[in-house]
Amino acid sequence: MELFVFVCAALMVLVGALGVVLRSNPVHAALSMILTLFGIAVLFVSREANFLAAVQVIVYAGAIVVLFLFVIMLLGVDRAEDLRTEPLGRIQRPLAVILGLGVFAVLTTAVVRARESFRFKGDGVQVANLQDPDGNIRQIARSIFGDYVVAFELTSVLLIVAVVGTVVLARRRKSDRTSA
Amino acid sequence: MIGMIAAAVVPTTTWYLVLAAGLFAIGMIGVLVRRNPLIMFMCIELMLNAVNLTFVALATELTDIDGQTAVFFVLVVAAAEVVVGLGIIVSIMRRRQQATADDLAALKG
Repeated sequence: MELFVFVCAALMVLVGALGVVLRSNPVHAALSMILTLFGIAVLFVSREANFLAAVQVIVYAGAIVVLFLFVIMLLGVDRAEDLRTEPLGRIQRPLAVILGLGVFAVLTTAVVRARESFRFKGDGVQVANLQDPDGNIRQIARSIFGDYVVAFELTSVLLIVAVVGTVVLARRRKSDRTSA
Repeated sequence: MIGMIAAAVVPTTTWYLVLAAGLFAIGMIGVLVRRNPLIMFMCIELMLNAVNLTFVALATELTDIDGQTAVFFVLVVAAAEVVVGLGIIVSIMRRRQQATADDLAALKG
């Protein structure tokens, strides 16, 4: 059963990722990314990270992809583009694929050879069960609001800066309006 | 027969890590191959998700909740990054429709 879930979720992830890279229409690419993100959420659940799976669906699939779609529609680029344009010469794409496969090979080798270091164990992860359904959320909350509370506070500064910066960037300036 | 084999084989942490490596490689190829800034941005999100998957898989394997906390912060930073990046893309594309990443090599608008 676990194997079945893993294989299905892995297929979702890989098919969606290939769709993002290979689809010529940006809208289709964004929808393929939703497939990948849901696959990742399923894998999170199978690794007992229930809170993060919910956050993944809400923040990524719910907010970020919708933002992408908004921008695609706003700019009116929702049509297929010609993928065969080769601005940097004929050699760039094969080189990129070779480089990607090389990175995959290196990462896989590193992951397989790092298996011995898995014996170092931490303080334990609480797994949700019927007696204690929200153990995972409680443990993450302890970690965020206890050990990492300074980083959490800095996160609020980051979000404010991002919002203000985006408003400044996307606003039409007065000089643009008079000249246009 | 197949059902018995499937019940006996349990996906280990290494499977998750190899899958994450594959997702990262696909995202990287996408950034290198595509010319549309929006698609390149989506591929960066794919790479971020690969790293998140690694964090969660290892948090369970090493029984340490800090991995899941790191994913939480990565999600927040990714949201902020998407907002700023899309703001930049909108302000560029408003001036020049059909701009590709190569046209944007010079920083002046």
